[in-house]
Amino acid sequence: MSCPDVIVVGGGIVGAACAKALADDGQRVVVLDQGSCAGGATASAMGHVVVMDDSDAQGALTIWSQTLWDELADELPAGAERETCGTLWVAADERELQRAHTKQEWYADRGVAAELLDGEAVAATEPALRSGLVGALRVPGDSVVYPPVATMWLLKRARDRGATVEEHVPVARVDGRGVELEDGTRREAGAIVLAAGHHALALLPRQLPGVALRARKGHLAITARYPGYLTHQVAELGYLDSAHGHADVSVAFNVQPRATGQVLIGSSRQFGPTTSGVEPLILARMIDHACSWMPSLRRLEVIRSWTGFRAATDDHLPLVGPVPEEVGLWLATGHEGLGITTSLATARLIADGIAGRPSAIDAAPYLPDRPQPELADG
Amino acid sequence: MDDPRGQPPASDGISLAAAEWNAGRRAFHRSPHGSARGPVCGMGVCHECRTTVDGQPHVRTCGRSARPDTRIGDVATAWYKLPRGGAQRRKPDAVTHFPSVAVLGAGPAGLTAAVHAAEAGASVLLLDENPRPGGQIWRCDHATGAPPPAHDMHRRAYDAGVSTLVGARVVHAGPPTRLFALDADDRVHDIRAEDVVLATGARELLLPFPGWTLPGVMGAGGLQALAKNGLDVRDRRIVVAGSGPLLLAVAAALRERGGRILAIVEQAPRRRVLGLGPRLLAHPSKLARGLKLTHALRGVRRLYSSWIVSADGSSDDGESLASIDVHTPGGSESIPCDLVAYGCGLVPQTEVAQSLGCRLESGAIGVDQDQRTSVDHVFAAGEVCGVAGLDAALVEGAIAGLAAAGRTAAASGLRRRRDRERRFARTFLAAWTLDDRLRALPTDDTIVCRCEDVPFGAVRFHTDPRDAKLRTRCGMGPCQGRMCGPALRWILGWRLDTVRPPYSPVPLEALATIGACVQAR
Repeated sequence: MSCPDVIVVGGGIVGAACAKALADDGQRVVVLDQGSCAGGATASAMGHVVVMDDSDAQGALTIWSQTLWDELADELPAGAERETCGTLWVAADERELQRAHTKQEWYADRGVAAELLDGEAVAATEPALRSGLVGALRVPGDSVVYPPVATMWLLKRARDRGATVEEHVPVARVDGRGVELEDGTRREAGAIVLAAGHHALALLPRQLPGVALRARKGHLAITARYPGYLTHQVAELGYLDSAHGHADVSVAFNVQPRATGQVLIGSSRQFGPTTSGVEPLILARMIDHACSWMPSLRRLEVIRSWTGFRAATDDHLPLVGPVPEEVGLWLATGHEGLGITTSLATARLIADGIAGRPSAIDAAPYLPDRPQPELADG
Repeated sequence: MDDPRGQPPASDGISLAAAEWNAGRRAFHRSPHGSARGPVCGMGVCHECRTTVDGQPHVRTCGRSARPDTRIGDVATAWYKLPRGGAQRRKPDAVTHFPSVAVLGAGPAGLTAAVHAAEAGASVLLLDENPRPGGQIWRCDHATGAPPPAHDMHRRAYDAGVSTLVGARVVHAGPPTRLFALDADDRVHDIRAEDVVLATGARELLLPFPGWTLPGVMGAGGLQALAKNGLDVRDRRIVVAGSGPLLLAVAAALRERGGRILAIVEQAPRRRVLGLGPRLLAHPSKLARGLKLTHALRGVRRLYSSWIVSADGSSDDGESLASIDVHTPGGSESIPCDLVAYGCGLVPQTEVAQSLGCRLESGAIGVDQDQRTSVDHVFAAGEVCGVAGLDAALVEGAIAGLAAAGRTAAASGLRRRRDRERRFARTFLAAWTLDDRLRALPTDDTIVCRCEDVPFGAVRFHTDPRDAKLRTRCGMGPCQGRMCGPALRWILGWRLDTVRPPYSPVPLEALATIGACVQAR
């Protein structure tokens, strides 16, 4: 086989999106996955395509990426289960309601539709929520997808444009000119895109100063089918406290209606664990917290629970762009809990960068060599 | 045992699944794509008998008693609103047990293990998912109670002080001798045993053919279980099909209950099955059972090298079984019938063992001469160690029970009998090896994953069950791949998929309670 233009390491949703974007540019692409494509963090993810306001950079990336998902809406197969269910950010008290107001202004400034609901409207919108909530912010444009099928579809589109996908090909090392497989084989390419989730940095030829990627374990549980039980993705406004905290363990209320009528229940965040087993204690904390917001969840049947590892950076922004001092090597990882949402925009940043053209948003905040915050507990 | 004579009592009524079937219900629930589904396995595995009961969706009706005031949901919507909002319920406490030996499964192997452990002085807790002990072979009849061959063991269990917890399924385990079970009222039982005996038995292998999802096509053991729980088979036209010695036992039992057995359709060749006769001469008790079955089935049509290729629904609603097409060496034949009792053999139920980390061998739990698994303090006995029938289960149960109670010396005298039974089973069951042509039974549009309505064409090019699950939803439903998994392992050569708790669907609050128990230890 002649040398491809680009090797993408990792066939999760980010790698798949990169493969498609690069193939759309006419590049000859090879995707390598250590196991089965869409089998890592992508398989574990919730699949919430959501605009996030935690920083201007995160906002810009999620807003752009959501637009890109919307453009694909008609092409995605039914199995991708895409539904524009919207997000309901719920407030327990006046302080949280104030956050909803601030959030709405932030969305309005960026042209994202969002409406404030009072307590009565919240109860009417999602009757399963506990009574007495003071209000919520409804973001109607947010959507959900089923990540593994969406990923396989992106890969199929890449293959339709000449890309090759190889599974069960573990990569041991990467550099700007090629990759070394675990069996010792070397594969060369014009450029390498490293989209290997939390494994990515370990494959680099040398450490990146100041850049860390930590595996942040999460638990999810899914119920049997209860059509109509839930209509929006519902999350607490305090969600970012869990997402951005650096506590070893935190849980947040975040539930999602699937197209099947199932309810997907999250979420937990843990630093430290390296084993992928379901931890009953963490699951119980997550469930208790969810049930405190939505009491009748208690009686719903869980048919499965599982875990996954998010690739977390210290400043909560992904690492997207060229690796310093390693010409030809590009990083696309560190999306933590937003990999599904931001996969498509990430892929555009990568494709634009490799093609040497400007992107629709400023790429600087995501560059791997951006200044990183000093963390007391890092 | 709660009955003074040590016998599990006949229940106060028939199962809800049987009552609903007798009343004419065929569509217990609708599949995701809207097709009617009714009971199949009769033992809580398939999840096809679930319906809305007293406002609660997804209730398995095969394990629940019918009561006069039971309200059954409309299957067309299959959805009742749950109580919404309101105050948070107090988290229910778990019931804690400290047996020295916990035995999972109260069939012949488990019951025997419990008896031997208890008689050796151990405090024993015997658990079973069914409302009454007995398992498949010794299942209690709703009217007459336990079958006579089980009486002695029930009496001994009673006399030895075995505690039983019936209607309880283990949903989480670990460390290995800490088990969490959920009873019929969804109460959590926290079982802290010193030793565990896994006697979780086997379930039926159903190879999918076009039309196999029609209500009325049931497991062979499944229909027998449903009949014991009150499903009325009198004057029903029944075809018993598939493979293995179980078919004969099922046919005889259904005939005794008044069913009209139109044919026994066996995929194995006639000469191979009849060639087993001389082997039985060395096993008088098995020979006697064989002759009794032959007598009970006299006059029943027996087809060999034959199998069902499709089932068709009735012309009026298309949703209940009307006839089957059978491949025979002489050509194909259509047989109008009301029920099909179908089973292509048995598959060890290894889910709990897998989750505990026990080493498997050829899909069964690997054990040493004392029925020890690869995990300390965990023993296994009976069909879960490899399908070998009643006699092997009884002797293995005895060994496991004695060994778990620390009496390995007493168990050593039983090893030769166990080995002899295992050897017999291996050669005996080889006669029923499945014909390779059965792999071609499902067509591309035959549903293989019943829970999620996934057709064979969607999975046939997959080589791994996890990939197939993630990409096609095959095995993602409430039965968690228990039905499609074994079939696709045989047809496509898939590996055994991994197991995660909960092992079967549980209310969220039960998981919360289990987590609290783990924290409190």
